[in-house]
Amino acid sequence: MSTIQASGVQRIADAFAHSGKRAALMPYLMGGFPTLEESVRIGRSCIAAGADLLELGVPYADPLADGPTIHEAGTRALAAGASLGGVLEVARELGEAVPVVLMCYANMVLAPGAERFVERLAQTGASGLIVPDLPFEEADGVLEACDARGLALVALVAPTTTPRRLAAIGARARGFLYTVSVVGTTGERAALSERFAEVVAQAKASTSVPVALGFGISTPEHAGQAADAGADGVIVGTRLVRAAAESDDPAAAVGSVVASLAEALL
Amino acid sequence: MRAIEHRFGRYGGQYVPETLMPALAELELAWSEARADPGYRSELDTLLRDFTGRPTPLYLAARLSERCGRSVYLKREDLNHTGSHKLNNALGQALLARRMGKRRIIAETGAGQHGVATATACALLDLECVIYMGAEDTRRQAPNVQRMQLLGASVQPVQAGARTLKEATSAAIRDWVTNVGDTHYIIGSVVGPAPYPALVRDLQRVIGDEARAQLLEREGRLPGRVVACVGGGSNALGIFTAFLADADVELIGVEAGGEGIDTERHGAPLTVGGRAGVLHGALSAVMQDEEGQIVEAHSISAGLDYPGTGPQHAHLRDSGRARYEAVTDADAVAAFREVSRLEGIIPALETSHALAWTLARRDGELDLVCLSGRGDKDLAEVLAQ
Repeated sequence: MSTIQASGVQRIADAFAHSGKRAALMPYLMGGFPTLEESVRIGRSCIAAGADLLELGVPYADPLADGPTIHEAGTRALAAGASLGGVLEVARELGEAVPVVLMCYANMVLAPGAERFVERLAQTGASGLIVPDLPFEEADGVLEACDARGLALVALVAPTTTPRRLAAIGARARGFLYTVSVVGTTGERAALSERFAEVVAQAKASTSVPVALGFGISTPEHAGQAADAGADGVIVGTRLVRAAAESDDPAAAVGSVVASLAEALL
Repeated sequence: MRAIEHRFGRYGGQYVPETLMPALAELELAWSEARADPGYRSELDTLLRDFTGRPTPLYLAARLSERCGRSVYLKREDLNHTGSHKLNNALGQALLARRMGKRRIIAETGAGQHGVATATACALLDLECVIYMGAEDTRRQAPNVQRMQLLGASVQPVQAGARTLKEATSAAIRDWVTNVGDTHYIIGSVVGPAPYPALVRDLQRVIGDEARAQLLEREGRLPGRVVACVGGGSNALGIFTAFLADADVELIGVEAGGEGIDTERHGAPLTVGGRAGVLHGALSAVMQDEEGQIVEAHSISAGLDYPGTGPQHAHLRDSGRARYEAVTDADAVAAFREVSRLEGIIPALETSHALAWTLARRDGELDLVCLSGRGDKDLAEVLAQ
């Protein structure tokens, strides 16, 4: 067992404990979309509107866990010149105010080596890392590197996760347990899946860290339902990326959606 | 060691969203049971004989041999029903899906050969079939799109990225993440998360098992070299596997050299020997930039136009058991034309890479080349050159 330092892990725990809401609100934004500068403005606008933590996506050419909206935003961010270094600078600027958790696909983490990647991430002041295509069987090296620097390697569970896997993942979870509400990729849905309350309950029973629900949460009503079901946190992504994509003033547009979500969680 | 390999040396693994992990475990269990079940084996063998047309002939290509100054045997996978080796795998997996109670099948395709094979297997077994194909490939392989539709499949053109095999595979994986409950993904090559690389190899090894026995009967000896083209690498592993323990038999994988491996426009991750990376669920040789973004491949042949390859190939390369070289678009097209004239066989553009490598050699005594598919689908592309 490696020892976990305070810093990032502690900041995440504090953010969940002291959100002042029924559930902590974690907006997702795509780093570098529409530009690096604008994504910093979007992040600041989220914080001003009531975000307790931020999930910051690193654009990737082959995002297997993402639906068309976030895929397209990543493609446009890359076309606009976003690089890992640029997105890490976004993390640095936003991480001063709230804990920032980086969402990055496995190949970009493994390309320089997990040690070097995590070291670079830690230097930006980020608090955690989500790798959506790194199940726990493949995660040992990344987990060790994160633990050594006090960063939370956030694990995911899905509605398809078996009880036995859930127990194994819950026991190793750091920061919070990212609970995927639907069988599918990221994207807006008209309603939460029928099983979401059951998924939240099972996730909570499996772990001692907070449980945050994500994928498919797109309205204040959904956010309220997630809190009612006992989720400790709510992650909203595609709805906000779409707001940024559709507006001439992305930061204002995203901020207004985040404010309505935050209000539903009071 | 597990019954079904997850790793080949350091390569392989399961780099997929958590949602798919239980489905991969279910598939692994189903395959370890099915391949040991005489009932499954017998049904597959009967279909391979009566529906596919196996065993395929081993053909001593007389004029090609004369031209090369040595004996060149061709393993005629082009004579399989649907025109390539792909049906060996598609039939085996479709039978497996039915056994698992999955009634909906998805698949990716590049050149369209795997899509046609999957659509054919689904028609035979009355399964719903959705094929993802890059929009660029639906253009350059239009006859195969029409075939798939005639066979009852729905063909989904994929518009992302370079609109070729990489994006089609990503789209198929996203579909599987969404519909994993009732859907089986018939991956077309020895790529993807475990157990796929081992599963597809197990279903394709019939190529080499047959060829080895046929050659021993005809010549009383083993080949000096076994040559096959490599994109994902299923026909190559299919023919290599039977010879892995024959240390004196050289195994040659021929990748897409595109416009040259000194340019960025190729599909030869094994030959150029870059850093290992994760693509479509496995760690293997991939084409990527400094930050780990997968870069676009290029090949005139849609089936080889892929920036990754099977993890077992990466291991065979590192261990020195197999050797990988690249052949350019121009040399492949020249071989396509030359073999058509020499032998009365129009080979697929993919296969033409292996033939071009063979035609360029003057050494050796006995080569066995996997003629993985027929080239009718490529006429428009080649005649436009």
